[in-house]
Amino acid sequence: MFDQFDPAEDKMLQVIDNNGKVIGKEWMPQLTNEEMVKLYKDMLFVRTLDFMIVSYQRQGRVYTYPPNYGQEAIGVAAGAVLRHDDWLVPAFREMGAWLAKGVSMKEIFMFNMGFEEGLKFTDANHVLPFSVPIASQLLHGAGIGYAIKYQKKDEVAMAFVGDGGTSEGDFHEALNFAGVWKVPVIFVIQNNQYAISVPVKMQTASINLAIKSKAYGIKGIKVDGNDIFAMLTVFRNAHEYARKEQQAVLIEAFTYRKGAHTTSDDPTKYRTTDEEKEWDKKDPLRRMKLFLEKNNLWSDAEEERITEEYKKEIDRQFLETEQTVQYPLEDVFKYMYEEMPQDLRNQQIEHEKFLQWKNARK
Amino acid sequence: MKAMNIVNALNDALDIKLTEDKNVVIYGEDTGFEGGVFRVTEGLQKKHGVERVFDSPLAESAIAGTAVGMAAAGLRPVIEMQFCGFIYPAFNQIISHITRLHNRSRGRYKMPIVIRLPYGGGINALEHHSESMEAMFAHIPGLKVVVPSTPHDAKGLLISAIESDDPVLFLEPKRIYRAIKQEVSEEKFSVPIGKAKVLAPGTDVTVVAYGAMIREVQKAMVMAKEAGYSVELIDLRTIYPLDKETIAASVKKTGRIIFVGEEPRSFGVGSEIMAVANEEAFLHLEAPPKRVAAFDVIVPYPRGEHHYMITPEKIFYEIERTIKF
Repeated sequence: MFDQFDPAEDKMLQVIDNNGKVIGKEWMPQLTNEEMVKLYKDMLFVRTLDFMIVSYQRQGRVYTYPPNYGQEAIGVAAGAVLRHDDWLVPAFREMGAWLAKGVSMKEIFMFNMGFEEGLKFTDANHVLPFSVPIASQLLHGAGIGYAIKYQKKDEVAMAFVGDGGTSEGDFHEALNFAGVWKVPVIFVIQNNQYAISVPVKMQTASINLAIKSKAYGIKGIKVDGNDIFAMLTVFRNAHEYARKEQQAVLIEAFTYRKGAHTTSDDPTKYRTTDEEKEWDKKDPLRRMKLFLEKNNLWSDAEEERITEEYKKEIDRQFLETEQTVQYPLEDVFKYMYEEMPQDLRNQQIEHEKFLQWKNARK
Repeated sequence: MKAMNIVNALNDALDIKLTEDKNVVIYGEDTGFEGGVFRVTEGLQKKHGVERVFDSPLAESAIAGTAVGMAAAGLRPVIEMQFCGFIYPAFNQIISHITRLHNRSRGRYKMPIVIRLPYGGGINALEHHSESMEAMFAHIPGLKVVVPSTPHDAKGLLISAIESDDPVLFLEPKRIYRAIKQEVSEEKFSVPIGKAKVLAPGTDVTVVAYGAMIREVQKAMVMAKEAGYSVELIDLRTIYPLDKETIAASVKKTGRIIFVGEEPRSFGVGSEIMAVANEEAFLHLEAPPKRVAAFDVIVPYPRGEHHYMITPEKIFYEIERTIKF
């Protein structure tokens, strides 16, 4: 696969076209009909949840949120490939993968409501918390890769970054270390064309982002990030390669952020509606839906029914989370150290004395 | 017991932990084959293998950042920053992840990382090799900052640091790496993090110092003794968490306090010591608390460094002024 899609020739792996027609038959992943429908439903769920969180944000019930809209295929395909013991090192826009690894909806809500508790990922194995300082998390992926190899475990680490992150020094250092150490890490660039307002052509003079793999002596491939079949094939192959060869891989998933960078961003300021319309045709859900419909696996009625079901469940869990969350004072202190220094404990006690005084005044 | 200098003692501590805990790995620039530019890790790769003691590519951010991943996956990395002035590319990983992942994950991921950092001046080095910027690190919530001044404490504190489930910045006073020899037990022992030590009891003035400055204070104390002054010397050993109790108890006894450090004076560790004296022992003070620290300047190149470094004479001068206040 890697040899046939040499990033130096700017090739991109695709399986279906914009109308859901198969154009790369040899790259169609082996899937049963049920598995295909499940992939679509997973994307639909991410999109529904994503829309709901944006609407909660507009109602003032959650804080700033970075939508996944338009990029659902990448996270969902990653989630379908990662096993229980594999590591997920997220950036912050790969919701399908979080959910597949066992991150709960309530945790996602809590994080966006402003609680660190949402990053505990109680039922998810081997998932690091979201990382805000761009590209810094890729180094964690390389370090996990070293630990996997050192401990002789059958695991793979998958670390995410955006297109803007490829300009950071940590991107270079992570790929370099992983290349030198020969460790099983899959680096995934979600190239959604913009780093907030800055287009990808202002990040690099390279012909694409996957080609950067060559400088580090690792395999690289560019793939249509809005084509879930292509994503799945690339992830499956990369996973097997990383595991068996104990080598790092760089994947550029070519996609488009249909939403805003975050709920505080206004993309109309830096991109045209013509451009957005062009990308609407490539929407990952639209394309897969057309494919499923051609194969009589999906219908509008089914979509309507299930979307309503999702919405009801999401809203139920959101309300439940809203009603139960608390942030006690002790949580501010309790996790700073595994072994709390006395002085920090004293700061808490001192503040509690003030609170007692304050309450007595009332 | 064996006569060891600080380099020998650190090497011994690393050897002991490598031997008893297979999760301990050591890496950095020149740390593996060569044993580090100061030879602290000499012989360890040969004894424990290239997977456990190794040379990383030359990138400080990646050395610190990969340690985060290793620690999350269950290892206990001991990483080396070759010189204090080279740590800054790693600063983002330290302040953004190493010190935060435990809190961010609500205790799910521990960060048992030791960052070894040779620091301090007085060795006629190139620029970026002589700084003493520990206050910057002590200011970061989530980090412990440790600094030994003797071979015994170097060994015992490093063992504690490696066994700590919290990240530790381990400062090594490179000026005295080989300057002091001491009989040190070859057995495993630890010196607790967060406990200062009263090196010499006294009644007229408390002097608080750490690292390479301890030796300078001891020289000043010879002069002070000749002049008839009784000095109590406290070796901080840990900068954060600060042992306020030992400092406060001493000031309550002597009524006077001087901090001696080679750091830039303003907003430094010394400033924190002054705050402790004022907050914890205000009514016992008989003279203003005093900082004897470096100027707020960049460490001069070797020919100018004598203007900058704190000397025993300068310490004695301030001891006398404080006592006579």
